[in-house]
Amino acid sequence: MSDIVKVQDEAQIAEAVVAALGENKTLEVVGHGSKRGLGRASQTDRTLDVSEVRGVTLYEPGELVLSARAGTPVAQIETMLAQNGQMMAFEPIDYGPLLGGPAGAGSIGGVFACNLSGPRRISHGAARDHALGARAVSGRGEVFKSGGRVVKNVTGYDLPRLLAGSYGTLGVLSEVTLKVIPRPPTQETLIVFGLDADSSARAISAAMGSSCEVSAAAAIPAVLAPRLPQLETDRSVVALRLEGFEPSVKARRAMLIRVLMPFGGVEVLEAEASAALWAGVRDVLPFAQTRERAVWRISTTPMAGPHLAAELATALDAEAFCDWAGGLVWVQMPDALPQADAVRARLAPHGGHATLVRADAAQRAGAVFQPLETAHAALSQRVKASFDPKGLLNPGRMYAGA
Amino acid sequence: MTSLRLPAADETTLANREKIIADLRAIVPGEGVIAHEKEMRPYESDGVTAYKQLPLVVVLPSTTEQVARVLKYCHENNVRVVPRGAGTSLSGGALPLQDGVLLAMGKFNKVLDIDFANRCAVVQPGVTNLGITRAVEHEGFYYAPDPSSQIACTIGGNVGENSGGVHCLKYGLTTNNVLGVELVLITGEIVRLGGKHLDPGALDLLGVIVGSEGLLGVVTEVTVRLLKKPDTARAVLVGFPTSEDAGECVARIISAGIIPGGIEMMDRDAIAAAEAFVNVGYPLDVEALLIVELDGPEAECAHLLEEVAAIAKGCNASTLRVSQTEDERLGFWAGRKAAFPAVGRLSPDYLCMDGTIPRRQLPLVLSRMREMSVQYGLRVANVFHAGDGNLHPLILYDANKPGELDAAEAFGSDILRLCVEVGGVLTGEHGVGVEKRDLMPTMFNEVDLAHQQRLKCAFDDQNLLNPGKVFPTLQRCAELGRMHVSQGQVPFPDIPRF
Repeated sequence: MSDIVKVQDEAQIAEAVVAALGENKTLEVVGHGSKRGLGRASQTDRTLDVSEVRGVTLYEPGELVLSARAGTPVAQIETMLAQNGQMMAFEPIDYGPLLGGPAGAGSIGGVFACNLSGPRRISHGAARDHALGARAVSGRGEVFKSGGRVVKNVTGYDLPRLLAGSYGTLGVLSEVTLKVIPRPPTQETLIVFGLDADSSARAISAAMGSSCEVSAAAAIPAVLAPRLPQLETDRSVVALRLEGFEPSVKARRAMLIRVLMPFGGVEVLEAEASAALWAGVRDVLPFAQTRERAVWRISTTPMAGPHLAAELATALDAEAFCDWAGGLVWVQMPDALPQADAVRARLAPHGGHATLVRADAAQRAGAVFQPLETAHAALSQRVKASFDPKGLLNPGRMYAGA
Repeated sequence: MTSLRLPAADETTLANREKIIADLRAIVPGEGVIAHEKEMRPYESDGVTAYKQLPLVVVLPSTTEQVARVLKYCHENNVRVVPRGAGTSLSGGALPLQDGVLLAMGKFNKVLDIDFANRCAVVQPGVTNLGITRAVEHEGFYYAPDPSSQIACTIGGNVGENSGGVHCLKYGLTTNNVLGVELVLITGEIVRLGGKHLDPGALDLLGVIVGSEGLLGVVTEVTVRLLKKPDTARAVLVGFPTSEDAGECVARIISAGIIPGGIEMMDRDAIAAAEAFVNVGYPLDVEALLIVELDGPEAECAHLLEEVAAIAKGCNASTLRVSQTEDERLGFWAGRKAAFPAVGRLSPDYLCMDGTIPRRQLPLVLSRMREMSVQYGLRVANVFHAGDGNLHPLILYDANKPGELDAAEAFGSDILRLCVEVGGVLTGEHGVGVEKRDLMPTMFNEVDLAHQQRLKCAFDDQNLLNPGKVFPTLQRCAELGRMHVSQGQVPFPDIPRF
């Protein structure tokens, strides 16, 4: 068990990093610990706990902007936004259920550090697309800021975007500023049953290529459909979400039904069931009850997703379903073994990357993230070193030895 | 020509010019290397014509391999490189260096792959922004970011500058619409970032390449996201007795949960100039004019038009016109799109500024700008991407009158300082380039800037790519890399600025 340094504010984060620098100690950066199991398992000398560095420092609904200290609970921010009819458009996944922790436990810093998103990724982007500004402490023990609080800003390098998805390896986030958007007044989900992988890919592509403004699109194979109770089916499902103002959603429903005509009849899931369904897809609930089994998260070319899911199911005895119009494939292996080489070999022809998101620490000592080409890996390493020359922050979290 | 300072030219490079040209000709044969002064003249400036500098030599590669070999050669021989797209930069980002190779990417002009099923296209960086839409519109698709120079500017330049446009509140900037790039580093190494999939699954280097103003690498291929064109678009033209009313109207529209495709604002001077130029029926008796465009299914547009009209009336709108035909909608935009040349007719020269502010600060910023206008004795007209707070004050001056350019630049700098003071930023979409370089310290302190500059070192350890842009100081990577552990100590307080 490593020493825990619990800090209260940004200045104390900097002090803790400076102290670690002086004493040659490495740090694991932790908010509320809900995503501690993400990334490579590695040993650090100390744990830097920023969960008390919290509080919303700015929220101006009329300007669609919110700033919060890194340890602020996501749940608190979501409640605050909902009270003003707003939301984080990127709909961040709650990893709690999948990784075996409680639901609703993460921090906003963690959301950005892991560049989370959800089903709305395909229409509204991920955390990276909503990061307007950030304050952080680099591995030099220095506080630096980047970006701003306005949507349109090209002043200097876009460091907030670089920090998003850096898993705390470049800097300890102390505060993030994000763009928020109005919550759509209504939503519903159109469902087509019984399509095979090929037809699922084509049906989703037709819907996404229409002007219906589909805000989420998933393909669930028959074996997994019963684990999303709102579907009430044991057939395969293609689910397409429409959101917006009532008259618009109605009009787009009619349009989308026409688009889907060649693929069969359509059923409609109304607002409440629709919201529950997408929360389940977002949080990967079909794999939440089987925590001993390894889970991969694969981002690939959308049209390839349903085929890849079917192939992995057949060839490796895995279970897989697609979000992101096919481009995100969640794969649950038959047991605790990730079978990384087999998974990555099947992904390779389609392009993209596979990340091992659930496995025990021993398995996560290997390559969790997609291995990079030599020049790309070396460049990433230099970028890491430019922020953290001593390799102090979350060492080994993304890549061995870095 | 103003007193702009660029990094001192390297004497060795200048002395070796002939040999460097010969070596580059061996990499890029035929007409791909331009060394005659007269033929280099078209490259001496970009969209900021106040700054001119002939490059050492112009190189027009046509393959990624040539780009890689040119960069490797420059890296090995300590020669600076300035990448250039169409040269439409409004911040001097493509301003050549006397001792630098100007790497013009115009020959990379092919659309490589259109993938409607996956809603993306792979294009070379010299394809124009509008060229992408032209290549896909027969299937009803388009590329969303629409900078006003879209007919001429290239996607490579858009990536370098993270270009926006009038529709980015709803559809995002370049960074939200680029899925991948092929990038050549100064060492000649080729790195592919992203592709047809989403997010990197690694450090988001693509995220930092977009908007890096040619300082980190040279992009040789871009994968962009395509969107289906909305079924309908309708616009409403609303006049207000005060800019405060107009600003309030924008805030209420957004607070009502409406994200229009575009919201543009013009002030009295800009309205008058535009109307005199294109005659589209703008009201002339108002202080501020809003163009609100709603796009989507017809039912949605109709519904939201009613809401917007009701909100506008509640904000003291004095005139309100909804476009009834596509021609009328385009007419509303014609005035706005012609605002720059229209203002150009009022005055021999003008400077276009590009700060962004929190929207609610608009009345304060406009009134302070009016005071400055009196103080400097120069007129200013304002067009404004009202939805996202991006201001484009146009400062009118006459370069032939002694001192007016300097005064205009000082006025512009004051406006940008004001933007930062009220919580905004120096540049919303035009880039820092050389134009706003020396203002960077108003927004970032030395530590902030050092973190950015060290990132550059990770890509370009000898500062060979586009030096003299973005950062007010040029520092050696070795110096930047030193650790400064002691608290409160500012690194390099005495470093000379250029």
